[in-house]
Parts: sequence; structure tokens; C-alpha cells
Amino acid sequence: MAEARGALPVKLPGLRPAFRHGVHPPEAKELTCELPIRRMPYPDELVLPLRQHAGKPATLCVAVGDHVERGDKVGAADGYFSVPIHASAAGTVTAVEWWPHPDGTMAQAVRLKVDRFAPQVARERQVPYWEGLTRAAVVYAVQEAGVVGLGGAAFPTHVKLMPPNDHGIATLIVNGVECEPYLTSDHRTMVEYPQRVHFGIRIMMHALGATRCVIGIEKNKPDAIKALHDSAPKYLDVSVLPLTVKYPQGAEKMLIKAVTGVEVPSGQLPAATGVVVQNVGSVAAIAEVFETGLPLIERIVTVTGHGLRRPANLIVPVGAKLRDVLAYCDGVTADAAEVILGGPMMGLAQANLDAPVTKGTTGIVVLARRETRSERVYPCIHCGRCLDACPMFLNPSLLGDFARVNRLDDMAELHLADCMLCGSCAYVCPSNIPLSQLFQASKQALRRRPAPAA
Amino acid sequence: MTAPGWLVTASPHLAPRDSTPRIMWTVTATLVPVIIAAGWFFGISALLQVAAAAGAALLLERATGKGGTLADGSALITGILLGLSLPAGLPLWMTFLGAAFAIVFGKSIWGGLGFNAFNPALVGRAFLQAAFPVAITTWPRTGGSFWALRGDLFALPFTHPQPDALTSATPLGLLKFEGQSTPLIELVRGTTTGSLGETAALIILVGGIYLALRGYLNWRIPAGILLTVAALSGVLHAIDPHKPDAWFMLFSGGLMLGAVYMATDLVTSPVTNRGRWVFAVGIGILVVVIRVWGGLPEGVMYAILFMNALVPFINRATQPRVFGTRVGVAS
Repeated sequence: MAEARGALPVKLPGLRPAFRHGVHPPEAKELTCELPIRRMPYPDELVLPLRQHAGKPATLCVAVGDHVERGDKVGAADGYFSVPIHASAAGTVTAVEWWPHPDGTMAQAVRLKVDRFAPQVARERQVPYWEGLTRAAVVYAVQEAGVVGLGGAAFPTHVKLMPPNDHGIATLIVNGVECEPYLTSDHRTMVEYPQRVHFGIRIMMHALGATRCVIGIEKNKPDAIKALHDSAPKYLDVSVLPLTVKYPQGAEKMLIKAVTGVEVPSGQLPAATGVVVQNVGSVAAIAEVFETGLPLIERIVTVTGHGLRRPANLIVPVGAKLRDVLAYCDGVTADAAEVILGGPMMGLAQANLDAPVTKGTTGIVVLARRETRSERVYPCIHCGRCLDACPMFLNPSLLGDFARVNRLDDMAELHLADCMLCGSCAYVCPSNIPLSQLFQASKQALRRRPAPAA
Repeated sequence: MTAPGWLVTASPHLAPRDSTPRIMWTVTATLVPVIIAAGWFFGISALLQVAAAAGAALLLERATGKGGTLADGSALITGILLGLSLPAGLPLWMTFLGAAFAIVFGKSIWGGLGFNAFNPALVGRAFLQAAFPVAITTWPRTGGSFWALRGDLFALPFTHPQPDALTSATPLGLLKFEGQSTPLIELVRGTTTGSLGETAALIILVGGIYLALRGYLNWRIPAGILLTVAALSGVLHAIDPHKPDAWFMLFSGGLMLGAVYMATDLVTSPVTNRGRWVFAVGIGILVVVIRVWGGLPEGVMYAILFMNALVPFINRATQPRVFGTRVGVAS
């Protein structure tokens, strides 16, 4: 087992711990930041895509007609880089078929008719006592519970708990930044469940062998900072670091830079700097696994936007259709124009509201017409604002020029691989050039290309 | 709740706060006081010059540009800036020709807005300087009746303009060719002769500060140019008191207009902040060199055009350091 390798070269947190560059989109968090988390009733039907996480999709392990209880597996993990999918309510499998996925594709999904009269209590199960478990056992339990990063990327959490052996992890950074506009699910989690977050931190530090934990929270959430600070255990090195409000402060590399002052080397994992970053919602999900034994079958979703009648922070069963969630929030307003899964900076616009909430759904944002982008794109006038916005210090202006003429090699040379598609460049572009979209397409084209010989 | 169809756009989904037309029209708006000042000093002739240049620019943008590019406001800026860089008495057909050249050869053949390497207004002016060297250095005086037509404004195309009795040399010309200096107060008040936009240095400066605060022009470029010119000419003046001093250099000729409105053209200046400093310092040095040692009294136009040509190299040489590419930054 890798051992912690002493302390990092820690930059003393100055008055404004932050990364450089970045943008300030309107936060619009006031719609939901005061609203307590409420539970959405079970809809009539749930749709569970077998691919809800980064990595390999789960393999189906139920058949049409099967009855499942809440928390039963419907898909098993396919190898190490995969997690199982569980039924989020008791009911009957009515079909296994292609279904609209939030990413815009069709994906294999289990359709589940919810049993309206089921008590919706999970089967009795033994909850393992975390302190007696080895790292491997914790990792296994977390994988079996289907826990993935709840910050949006849905990266399997157990993989993060098992960093490559040559990296000692000294510091666990808990990401409570939530820099995406509109979203408040992490915020509410921290305010309402601080004990659960700290319990999850304890388990993670135990599994990682980390000696220190820093919870990074943007300063616009003083109640969350206070809640986690006041409830921090005295016998562990857990501290709360208030961070400058700036997008994308919650990006892994930006957060590490703000907390430790160290830049994660280009092309390397955060573990290379002795750090693991975990989203606060995922930390709470880990805690739940060792509190109740329940797998990840529901999550906190911010349903909000100026195009929605009744914004809310909701506990939503995974697999609830967007249509049902929006209907529970009294529907959309007349000028609603766009439904986004995730935040407006990096989220995905939805064409079909039959798509379900998945494990990676941080929020459902309904934008009013006036907030959306226009179609008109002007030529790049080389104003350089994108260079001042890019947190990775790339040259989006030049990359954009190259992208449109498909000069992929030149783009690779300009560190396209370091682009994390945060959208800061496109947000500040006065010519409305869809830079993130161009970069995403170019990254995909580069990935699909066969590796050069030699 | 079946909406007829949801909008699907790529992220980020929020509309940006600024738009290219808004930048262009704001710049245009800040030029209005400069035009009014030119009208104050040179009367109706000034307004006719600007109108002719702007009209020609819009006409040719319509004719040669891609569809719908009039509304982005960039052609109008080119026209106004060209007009402001001309003497009040230039025959209007020359003005028209210059603006047409600026749009067609300064912009459209490159691919339109965003693709030109050189400032279009200065391309037009360089053309006029080469084609009509006498007419473009015939400087009517300020003052007089507002309605008085200066020079031979309505000369027929391809005729030689009638020389006007009421002309004089610009302060830079006086200094260069007759060794005669002009009091600073006259330069600042703008009661000297010169191009239309040369005489309103303070108004241009105020407009520039406003645009810099709005983030519509990068302050590094005018600051770099003005500081370089001041420092360099200050040193030269200290060594040889016959050379012009810093204040004279700053407030004479087209330096203010060039530094604030022409060198800062977003399209033809570097995209990196370090590059902008290089660009600005280069312009400043060239301005002083041309003014002090060159054959021309004024050098702002050629200084900017020359540095425009270097922008691709400056951009390449001043790429920012990509996050995470310097190993061992523990500090």
C-alpha cells in the first residue's frame, strides 16, 4: 500500500486563494440556494440507462418481467473500470431497449414500471464497518454501490480511491466549489448534511491513507463554509478553505492550484501531485454507503432556471424522466427555450424530455429565451478576450482558427489536450464563436485518429 | 407541457455579455465627439470629408463584403478613421477613392472583418499618400466661417486641385522643415493645423480611456505607444535640445488618433498581452525614429502599418505558458 509522502509544498492560503484567468458568468443561484432539499415522489416509470458513468457500461442482469426491489442490481459492473446500476424503486422490468440518453444518443436502458404500493424500503443488508476494512475492501464496497463522481463527469469513485501505486496521496481535496451558475445541490448538501460529508471524508482519508483534507468552497456560500467548519472533527486534519468566486474554480486542476499552489503537470493525473479531488456530493454518497448500505440510487438535483415555474433542490430517483421532474416543479414558463442537464457552462442541452436523470445529473436548468445564445456568429476579431479567460492559458483564438480548417496536428501542438471544455472562451467571445464545441469535435477527431506509426 | 421544440445549442449555453457589433458601435459612438471637434475647427469641410469617407466605406463594404456585414459597424469605423486622418481640404473624390481602396484592398480581399493583416483605414491613407502626395499635405488652417469650403473640395475627379491661399504647415512640418516649434498650449487646444482628427488630442484621450474602461480597447497599446514616445523623445531632447520634447511629440500630429484608435484595432494588433506591449513599444520607437530622422514629418501611419506586418510573429513569440507545462513550480 502506498504511503503518504509527507506534506506538499503548500502555498499559504493568501487572502484570495484562486487560479488565474477565468470568467464571471451571472451566478443565478439565488433561485434555489435557500430552498431546503425535498424529495420528489416516485414517478410511474423509471428508465435506467446501463451507461451512466465514464468507463464501460454495466452489463444487464435482469430480464423483462422481473420484479426488483429498491436497491437491487439491474446491471453489473463490467470489469474494474465500471460500476453497477441499481433499481431506484421497487417495480417490474417492462422492457430493455434503446432509449434517449441525456448525452443526445440512444442507449440501452432498463424500463421499470414503479410499483405504486411498494413500501420502497430496501432489502435488509449488512452495513460493513468501515474502520475494519482494508483499502481494497472499501474500494470494492464503493464500486458495488455504484458510486460515481456526482459533480457531472460521473467518473467511477472507486477508481479514484485506488490511485496508481507510485503516487502517495497526502491530501484529499473535497470539491464544494460548485462554480457552475444556477446549481445549488452541492451547496444544500453541505448546509444540510455536514455530518454526512465529514463521515465520508473520514472513510476516504482512511482508504487513501491521506493525512490532510481541505474542503474548498467558494465564498458565495458562507452558510456552507460555516456548517462544515463548525462540524469538522477535532482529531483529523480537516480544514475548510473559502475560495474566490470565479468560474471554473471547481475544475480539478484549478482547485488544486488554489488549494496547494501547485499546477498539475500537463498530461498527468492530479495524483501526480499527491492529491485526490472528490466532489462533495460523492463524498456524501460514500458516507451513505457505509451508513445505510444503500447503493447510489438517488441524487440531489437542482431543478431551476428562469424558464421554470417552481425551482427546487430535489432528491430525485435515478432514472426519473426529465418530463416528470419538470412537471413536479409545476412545469416551464411560456418563454422557456432550452433545457440543460448540468450547469449552463458545461451542461448538455436536451432535445427530448424523455431522457432520464442519471447519476451524473447535477441539475436541470430551464433557460428563458433571453438568456440563450443567438445563432449569429461573427468572424474572430482577435480581441484576445479568450486568452485572458482561459484558465489553462491556451490560445483559443488561434485554436479556433485551426479548428475550422481541421489543422488537428497544429492544435495538438498548441496543447489542445489540456483544454477541459470549460467554455470560458466561448462565454467571453464577442463574436459568439462556439469555441468549446469546435474544441470538443477536434479532440474527438484526434482521439479517433489512428496513432501515428513509429 | 409539450413545447413545440427545445433549443439545442452547444455549451456554454448562456449568451455572452458582449458582441462584436456592440464593440464596433461603441467605438463609433466615441468617435462622434472627435468628429464634432473637427467640425468646430475646420467647419463644414471636415464633416464633408468624414461623410465622404464613411459613405464610400459603407458603399464598398456593401458591394464587396460578405452579405450582412454593414451592421457589424466595422466598415463605418474604417471610413470615419480614414476621414479623420485627412486634411480638411482634400478633394472629396480623392477621399472617396481612398476609402474605397481601404475597404476593397484593406479588408475585403483578405476575407473581410477579422482577416485583414493591416489596418484598413491606414491602408487607404497610405494609398492616398502615394497617389496624391501634394494634395494630402496641403493643410488648411483652422478657424474662419463654419460654412467656408476649404481647399478645392469639389474638384472634378482626376483634375488638379486649385492651391488654396489659406494653408500652412503642420506643427511637425514646421519643426522638421523650418525648425520652428509650436507652443504646447496650441497643440492641446487643437488650434493648429493638421488632419481632422489630429487636433483634438484631449477628446481622443477621453474617448480612449472610456473604451479602455469598458474593455473595448486594450489599454496596453496606447499606454505603451505614448510612454515609449515620451521616454524616447525625452531622452533625445535631453541630449540635443533642438530635438522636440516629449510633450510636443505626444500632442502633435496623428499620434493620439493613431495610438488610441488605429493601433488598437483588435483585428490587426496582437492577441497576447505581452505581444501588445511589444507591438506598442515598436510603434513608439518607429514614430520617434521617423519623426526625428526620417524624411517625413509624421510617422504614425507607417509605424503602425509596419508593426501590423509583424503581428503574426509577435503572437507566435509571446504565446502564454500553458498551465502545468513548467515542471517544478513549487513555491
